[in-house]
Amino acid sequence: MSKSQKAEGPKRPKLAVFKFASCDGCQLSLLDCEDELLDVTGAVELAYFPEATRATLAGPYDLTLVEGSITTPHDAERIHAIRRQSKYLVTIGACATAGGIQSLRNYANVNSFIDIVYAHPEYIDTLRTSTPISDHVPVDFELNGCPINKYQLLELISALLNGRKPNIVPHSVCMECKRRGTVCVMVSHGVACLGPVTHAGCNALCPSYSRGCFGCYGPKETPNTNSISARFEALGLPPEETVRLFRSFNAGATEFHNASLAAEHSKPK
Amino acid sequence: MTSNRTIKVDYLARVEGEGALHIKIRNGKVQDAKLKIFEPPRFFEAFLRGRQWTEVPDITARICGICPIAYQMGASHAMENAIGVSVDGVLRDLRHLIYCGEWIESHALHVFMLHAPDFLGYQDAVQMAGDHPDVVKMGLRIKKAGNEIMKLLGGREIHPINLRIGGFYSVPTKQELKELRPELEWGRDASIETAKFLSGLEFPHFERDYEYVALHRPDEYAILDGRLISNRGIDIAIPEFEGTFEELHVPHSTSLHARIKARGSYLVGPMARYNLNFAQLADPAKEAALSVGLGETCNNPFKSILVRAIEMVHAFQTALDIVDRYSEPAEAAVPVKPRAGVGAGCTEAPRGICWHKYEIDNSGTIKSARIVPPTSQNQGCMEEDMLHFAGQNLHLDDDELQWKCEQGIRNYDPCISCSCHFLNLTVDRG
Repeated sequence: MSKSQKAEGPKRPKLAVFKFASCDGCQLSLLDCEDELLDVTGAVELAYFPEATRATLAGPYDLTLVEGSITTPHDAERIHAIRRQSKYLVTIGACATAGGIQSLRNYANVNSFIDIVYAHPEYIDTLRTSTPISDHVPVDFELNGCPINKYQLLELISALLNGRKPNIVPHSVCMECKRRGTVCVMVSHGVACLGPVTHAGCNALCPSYSRGCFGCYGPKETPNTNSISARFEALGLPPEETVRLFRSFNAGATEFHNASLAAEHSKPK
Repeated sequence: MTSNRTIKVDYLARVEGEGALHIKIRNGKVQDAKLKIFEPPRFFEAFLRGRQWTEVPDITARICGICPIAYQMGASHAMENAIGVSVDGVLRDLRHLIYCGEWIESHALHVFMLHAPDFLGYQDAVQMAGDHPDVVKMGLRIKKAGNEIMKLLGGREIHPINLRIGGFYSVPTKQELKELRPELEWGRDASIETAKFLSGLEFPHFERDYEYVALHRPDEYAILDGRLISNRGIDIAIPEFEGTFEELHVPHSTSLHARIKARGSYLVGPMARYNLNFAQLADPAKEAALSVGLGETCNNPFKSILVRAIEMVHAFQTALDIVDRYSEPAEAAVPVKPRAGVGAGCTEAPRGICWHKYEIDNSGTIKSARIVPPTSQNQGCMEEDMLHFAGQNLHLDDDELQWKCEQGIRNYDPCISCSCHFLNLTVDRG
């Protein structure tokens, strides 16, 4: 008999997956665990996961994964109801953790954005900003990445279900490069790379493909963004390039936000 | 059964993104069917303005986690078109190869995890795995084979990092590609088995006279490029899209509805490609299609699941052919320098044509952007299908009718995150 039918066994913890403004990629990461998926669903009950199942179970949920950022008045309300139903609430990915690429609206007038995309702005109900989940409710853990690393997601699910702290290191992409023995793209090729200030988790993917890190995992713990910005300047990078580097998928993360503002103000030099 | 009913699905499951379906039945007739898309808009076309031409593949990938390649490739082609360069030979082959990877992972996800459970009466693939463990495991392995291509060429399955305007950041060795071969061969044969398994499903009798639109090339089953053609006479180059098609903004959707000017709805995706380009399918795909009794044309959207399996056979065979003829190019990308211009690009996303247009200035700064995703193009057909299909099935009770209608929407593998510019079903019988 398959694990999915173990109705008579001990009660499995309930897993819920909720979506806000996002691309669906981070929740897809769970379905991308092709080798582990049936083991995961043997260990937890998919209580709410509309991308994968029609079946829904009412809360409370043992573990709630939240994907996406808050961009509408309705969603700003909905997240509170979800928090009340959740023992652990974990954000998955750059949108839920930092506001996502859609937080670029925070630097512009959203009404002009609506006018550009939609013929009838009056049909659109949206907030002026795109904000991370932690701006609205307490969050128990945040998984970085655009998208998240599926093995980190498996580690997180396993850890929380077993009552231990997830083993997810907060150091930099730079450290991952050193560990895998990738030659530094910035030192040897003069390529601008956010690796020194970016959270580990991708296993230093971009440098291993001969390109600079573009920060899709967001800021590491205590990043020295002033130092990297100065280095970019020494490489001859115009300040507006530095602004764009910090202002992408994790534009709303405090350290990257501040670094982009600092680079913007350095323009007149 | 009362003659006035409302079928409501407030949050459509097993689709990508957020949408609802609302069907209104009055006096025993379907009065209205609306696909309501409430996916929050993210304004890609707006915040692309002022960004650099080089950033477009990475930024537009984030429109969709399921089909990032479609966005990266369409954006790259449009930019290359604006600048006046073309990417041919081995680099085009590698682009074709990674796109086959995306077709395989996306189609396998939809066939096995999102759509097959409807036909077999399960809530989801996990429940289905209880009774059909071998089928679900085969599906997951096929999906993984597609993702392995994505990982090797793109760096990762979701939002690959190795694609750029002009080609790639780095290219694989001949040996690395050769190592994919055994799993690709297995995948091709497993996809043929999948088609056989699916052909035994019970398909609702439902056909409509659709206008199909797809890319077409005489020499290959078009994925990357070609001319836009239809079964009713459209035959245009990619940049001429706006002369023939328009997008309307309707109150119940944050996704724009696309239509053929003066003619109305049209269908894009696997069925459109199959009906317009059967002759160009790889031989094992053609043979598999005919052996499971699909025929050279298919007008039943519920059979799109079968067409997807045939396209998986094709994608695996195409991938094998590319792997076999590959030799490492000297450069990973053709050199590209920005210049002022306007360019369009269109490729066949797993769900259908995905059209891009950008205007850039001499420094490569984006002045305007327009993206027409496949799901917004299929919205009209989805709603019309529901009008007809619900009308033919009013004898069903609300729960059964609701599930069947959901299945009918899932025929299109809608990707609502993409189209928002989403899904939630209500049947209103008054």
